[in-house]
Amino acid sequence: MSTRSGAALTASPEYDGPYARYDILKEFTAALVVVTLLSVMLAVFLSSPDRRPITIRSWAQADPVDFVSTAVTELDGSSASAGYGPPYNSTPGAGQKIGPVSLQRLVGVHEPIDSSDAFVLGPLRTIATTQPAVAGAMSRYDGADPSQQGRWTKAYEDAAAKASYAAGRLQLPAGNYGPVAELMSAELGMARSGALDGYLLSTPQFYSTDYTKPLMFLADGGYMASVARTEHLQGSQWGMMNETGNYPGQAWLWLYTMWYQIPPFSHSGNADALIWGMMVLLTLLLILIPWIPGLRDIPRLVPVYRLIWREHYRRLAAQGAGSGR
Amino acid sequence: MTLLQARLAGVLVDLNHPGHYLHWGFIQLSVANLVVIVLMVLLFVAALVLPFPGRRNRS
Amino acid sequence: MSRTVTDDSRMWTARLRDRAVKALPPEKLLPDRQPAYVASWIYVFGVLTLSALLVVVASGVILALKGPTWWHTSGIGLFFNSLHLWSVELFFFFMVVHLWGKFFMAAWRGRRLTWVTGVVAFVTSIGTAFTGYLSQQNFDSQWIATQAKDGLNSVGVGAFFNVMNFGQMFIWHVLLLPAGVGVLVALHIAMVRLRGVVPPMPRRSGQEEG
Repeated sequence: MSTRSGAALTASPEYDGPYARYDILKEFTAALVVVTLLSVMLAVFLSSPDRRPITIRSWAQADPVDFVSTAVTELDGSSASAGYGPPYNSTPGAGQKIGPVSLQRLVGVHEPIDSSDAFVLGPLRTIATTQPAVAGAMSRYDGADPSQQGRWTKAYEDAAAKASYAAGRLQLPAGNYGPVAELMSAELGMARSGALDGYLLSTPQFYSTDYTKPLMFLADGGYMASVARTEHLQGSQWGMMNETGNYPGQAWLWLYTMWYQIPPFSHSGNADALIWGMMVLLTLLLILIPWIPGLRDIPRLVPVYRLIWREHYRRLAAQGAGSGR
Repeated sequence: MTLLQARLAGVLVDLNHPGHYLHWGFIQLSVANLVVIVLMVLLFVAALVLPFPGRRNRS
Repeated sequence: MSRTVTDDSRMWTARLRDRAVKALPPEKLLPDRQPAYVASWIYVFGVLTLSALLVVVASGVILALKGPTWWHTSGIGLFFNSLHLWSVELFFFFMVVHLWGKFFMAAWRGRRLTWVTGVVAFVTSIGTAFTGYLSQQNFDSQWIATQAKDGLNSVGVGAFFNVMNFGQMFIWHVLLLPAGVGVLVALHIAMVRLRGVVPPMPRRSGQEEG
């Protein structure tokens, strides 16, 4: 087989110029060796980050005031997850929109979470059988009408803002919290012992891989967010691109996270939905460049190609290229 | 080899300290990410500019 | 004799084989020549990206063999996790430089499917990396999950793709998305072999070339 016919098989039909020997398997082997060595050296010298996860227990021990401040909002339905809307619950009016359309609302509830039951009353029921004080507080709370429940929890929330933890207990200013103080104290005890972590992960089927409940509870509080802030992981810190410590993160997410930093997205309640829509559009533009006049002309107008193919153009010029290619 | 020895051997440069960040207006960028991006641009320019071997392979 | 030829030519197997071999004969599948214009370092970034992907997959297979908690409690496990992380960083590094090069070459000329499979592979890789970060089972995973849920929920996707469900995310990361990337990369490389490396643009801008 002559070089020419072999070359004709490999080439673009538009090209009738010279060919050169090119050992693609040797090139591939060299690339693989180089990349493997590079990866091994980076792994050996720089290792990888592994910041320990937080638990309900570590939260309640590190910041018990933040924990009970969050727990009481779960009880009275004023927490972020309680008012989230789909897919967790159907809070009226909740859900982001792109223009007039709310895909979030259209899809509906698929991961139902009743915050007060999931995070407070359910766990406390498991200890009420052996702790009469808790049982008494729960039946007093259940027996009260909603407006009375609301007065108790509101008073507790306001007091928690000025609370402290000392001598093994929460120190709250005096106030009328009804049974809520007892409930929150029991909740804190469950959390600090680790029992609440266990409860939130247990299922009737024994097996589970779903961490939704403890993560939603953690995310409702301020502690997790404050840990994230120290690691520059928050949205307003371009956190999507970042990694814990001094490691590089996902730098390729720069365009996605950038929109969150600038108006109108930075103050919009629909920022997530709007930015998703924007990124889908931009991704489609990237995929469809070959069909988009203007965009597909940029390489011709910004002639980086003259650097890449300078040998080829030199050869053509030397031949006195009559083809104009 | 104990876990501790393995971990110490594997971390000759410890990147597990609080990150260094740069602030320009509304942009916040980690030094680590900046290094990656700068290296990418440098490598791109180098690839365009450096001569490629192989003139002897002309068939 | 003529009756045998007619029978064979109606067979699906024979017809598919003939079409495949005609489109991509061995000399085209594994060529030992390239056009002389393939002479720039920018051309090596495709094969560098592919090589990084192979290291990602190999290190990922080792991590999968021992399960998702191994690297937190073993020095060797930590090494393979580091290998996986850095080969991923290299993979994106080389892939983006490859994208820049191909963009400035307008490499989609007569090769639109090659461009499309490349960009879709890029986007799928981002999804693969994302589910990988979710699978780390450390603070970073917790934070990424609780943040990403808001973006996904806002467009209704979160109801079906629960980033806080480790089992679901892990299977997407270890099986579904790498399979997607694999298929796209195979298609992409097949297209490069089928159409050849894109020829240079006309020296003077303003001249049309198909």
